[in-house]
Amino acid sequence: MNNKERKELAMWAVEFAKQKGASEVAASINNSRSVEIEVREQKIEKIKESTTNGLSLNIYRDHKYSGHSTNNLNKKDLEKFITEAVEATKYLTADEFRELPDPTLYPTDLNRDLKIEDKNYNSVAPEQRVQIAKEIEQVARSKSDKIISATGGFSDDYSESVLVHSNGLIAERASTSFWAGGEVTVRDGDARPEGWHWGGSRHFKTMPTPEELGGKAAENAIRKMGQTKIASGKYDMLIENRTAGRLLYMFVRPMSARALQQKSSYLDGMLGQEIASPVLTVIDDPLMEGGFASRLYDGQGIAARQRTMIENGVLKEYYVDNYYGKKLGMTPNGGSTSNIRFDLGTRGFDAIVKDINKGIFVTSFNGGNSNSTTGDFSFGVSGFLVEGGKIIKPVNEMNISGNAKEFWKQLAELGNDPYQYSSILSPTLVFKDIDFSGL
Amino acid sequence: MKAIINRRDFLKAGAVTAVGAAVLPHVLSGCTTGPAKIGGNMTIHDYLEHFGVTEQMIQQIIAEGLSKGGDYCDLFFQHSIGNYIGLEDNAVNRAYSDISFGVGIRVLKGDQTGYSFSEEVSLIAMKSAARTAANIANSSATVEPVAFESPKLPSYYMIKTPWEEISINEKIPYLQQVNDKVFAMDSRVIKSNVWFNDETSYVLFANSEGRMTCDYQPMAQLSVSVTAEQNGQKEQNYFDYSGRRGIEFFTPEAINTLATEAVKRTVSLFDAVKPKAGELPVVLAAGSSGILLHEAIGHGMEADFNRKETSIFSDKIGKKVAKDFVTIVDDGTNPNIRGTINVDDEGNNTEKTYLVAGGTMESYLHDRISAQHYGVKPTGNGRRESFRHMPMPRMRNTYMENGPHKKDEIIESVKYGVYAESFSNGQVMIGAGDFTFYVKSGYLIEDGKLTRPIKDINIIGNGPKVLADIEMVADDLKMAEGGWTCGKNGQGVPVSQGLPTVKVSKITVGGVNA
Repeated sequence: MNNKERKELAMWAVEFAKQKGASEVAASINNSRSVEIEVREQKIEKIKESTTNGLSLNIYRDHKYSGHSTNNLNKKDLEKFITEAVEATKYLTADEFRELPDPTLYPTDLNRDLKIEDKNYNSVAPEQRVQIAKEIEQVARSKSDKIISATGGFSDDYSESVLVHSNGLIAERASTSFWAGGEVTVRDGDARPEGWHWGGSRHFKTMPTPEELGGKAAENAIRKMGQTKIASGKYDMLIENRTAGRLLYMFVRPMSARALQQKSSYLDGMLGQEIASPVLTVIDDPLMEGGFASRLYDGQGIAARQRTMIENGVLKEYYVDNYYGKKLGMTPNGGSTSNIRFDLGTRGFDAIVKDINKGIFVTSFNGGNSNSTTGDFSFGVSGFLVEGGKIIKPVNEMNISGNAKEFWKQLAELGNDPYQYSSILSPTLVFKDIDFSGL
Repeated sequence: MKAIINRRDFLKAGAVTAVGAAVLPHVLSGCTTGPAKIGGNMTIHDYLEHFGVTEQMIQQIIAEGLSKGGDYCDLFFQHSIGNYIGLEDNAVNRAYSDISFGVGIRVLKGDQTGYSFSEEVSLIAMKSAARTAANIANSSATVEPVAFESPKLPSYYMIKTPWEEISINEKIPYLQQVNDKVFAMDSRVIKSNVWFNDETSYVLFANSEGRMTCDYQPMAQLSVSVTAEQNGQKEQNYFDYSGRRGIEFFTPEAINTLATEAVKRTVSLFDAVKPKAGELPVVLAAGSSGILLHEAIGHGMEADFNRKETSIFSDKIGKKVAKDFVTIVDDGTNPNIRGTINVDDEGNNTEKTYLVAGGTMESYLHDRISAQHYGVKPTGNGRRESFRHMPMPRMRNTYMENGPHKKDEIIESVKYGVYAESFSNGQVMIGAGDFTFYVKSGYLIEDGKLTRPIKDINIIGNGPKVLADIEMVADDLKMAEGGWTCGKNGQGVPVSQGLPTVKVSKITVGGVNA
């Protein structure tokens, strides 16, 4: 099935559901092809190739709402599926806010090229993928004789989808992504610390090199050798750019219209107020070229636009989806995150670390969680002790704890080094006086 | 000609598919080609019919899979039907359903795996997927068709009425009852969310060694989340029941406990404090605290990591790792528990596997590949998220057996420490052995008594160290009641865990520094 046929099937599904009694309908059909390869000891350990299809329907029947999905796109079966889905919706409670988005929110320019599709996807040969994975493993292995296990990996996918709304939206898109990387385990007495590094791109030809991927994977494992737990106390905290994204997720739930409406957001009533240090400006940018979360419209069909979420520490916007926006009387702006970028600082990690007298450079999180209602959080961490501007030794098995309300005000500096292999393009972050638990 | 036969077969399966949309009223569940069989009493032949395939077709696909010289091939047919209905702001105003249907085809060459899947069960589509998986090997071979045998399997999760026969309007009152009770219990409650999930999975498995198995796997979960407010302070918490259960499990008593626990766990947070940061004695309450075992030892004992020597438990079999009264198992046979399986996803028998017996490391958790690598019998831990995924060693229900101590004497033995009761998530680094779990609620222990509630703290420890630091084990083993899902390499599978009251002499607790 190509996108044209998918579009016809989605339009048919919308019409059929309306015939069966639906007042409004949204239908999307997705197709995704993917390949995953893992190489170990220069042999293919695993290879998986697949194609998957799916149809999703949102049905509004006199302001009653239900959603349904199936991977069986046989039209005869779909007739029955849709008939019963529309019928089932009748038993729910009507809710005046259950309706499709206002058509004025739909995208007007669907031809803008966000550079997220590699038109040469099909010309990437299976042997090329395997070769890259093998090279990554080889590079990693060559870095130390302490390495017990190294694997190289490659994965990619090609996704196409169409979205049809009964009140006037017909849209389609296609995207590709390519990822490669390595995982390395080293022997360190009884322990076997592991490190990884993966990188990716929307386009095959701009992928990071096996030298970078394998080299960093090995380095990330080797530098953990000899890690120990150190004393509890207050330390300044530097966070590596690739890890810092985890912290930003703490904002996502409390910033959602659903959390506001359900009274489970510590940011309720804080619009226009200072919720973080003035050095923090967070921009949600769905229109970035080549971004891993770039898009012209979101899953609800709402046109994507750049949103400044936090400006100089002041909360400027919430993530408002269609349903909870209507319920709260707020204009929907899309209910989900896209690419997140920051107003950057002026210095890189090497310069920043020189100013840290007593700190911990956090390079990975291990579990933990945060509470969107109260702002409380606690995460496991590992990284390095920093004293007198120098990295002293690796540390592990520690926790950081606090409350987001104070925590973000302790942010002192952002680096100039945004992480490229994620939709959260965080630089190095520096926080003052964070509670660490260790010994 | 074949194509026509296959299409009709698929329609038959499709008819069952439609039955599956159990958000639907029962009257609509009939199917046009005569009553389709559903539920736990189906035979292998019913399953072949359900998926629209024959033994001959399966033999042809296996032959295709082994045509490049692979050692072994298996097929995993799966049809899953999931339903969700949700209550918010006092109304059941949302429902979701999902249907997923297809076959995963795997070819092994030694330790190497080729995998593909097809969402269509026509001979053409399945052969094409088999050719893709076959490419893990690179010679050529012709295999003789194998004769299939179907072993008699145990039945650990019979339910009274299949979920496909429970219509949406039968479920709605359950949500309303929970919601009513939650608001009636405490005037500080300001929001309640209640949701009901059920899932039914039909699985047919066949391999090139002639083993063919089938399984009917029900799952249900009823959850409630509560937000309460007192003097401008808001708190939120959660409780749920989950298992391979039928609707008969959700009795008025269960509904009552669900609502009571959720409210109790929420309002207790108003007085919660944070413990001192650092290493503290930790007492784990009986029940879902078994998350400690899942993270501290369970993952590290999954043999795929050990085969690659990447686990901190590699080389530990036969070694003393804990006190004599510590026995830890991973068990697929507990009736109606979430992680229970009648057969694993590679057609192997399930069992109760001893990870640690009397303080000594006993066995890894194996799938087919690792069992072959170590030359041992598979332990029935080969599991996968769905037909779209290849199996690997995964836990089932992981728990510690009862020990010699009493709950009260354990709590009394602690001067200052933490009593951890409910949890939201955990994680482990396999090689370093560092594991964590996040405590949603519990108590401080001061001078041998439970005193002030605590909330939102992460606990971090090291697997082998914590095993050695288990000082006391009570005689009150309880299994977790809620819906735990374990994630590994991007695949989620349902699991459970359990623990008697246990004392660990010291673990690092997230908290505040003086």
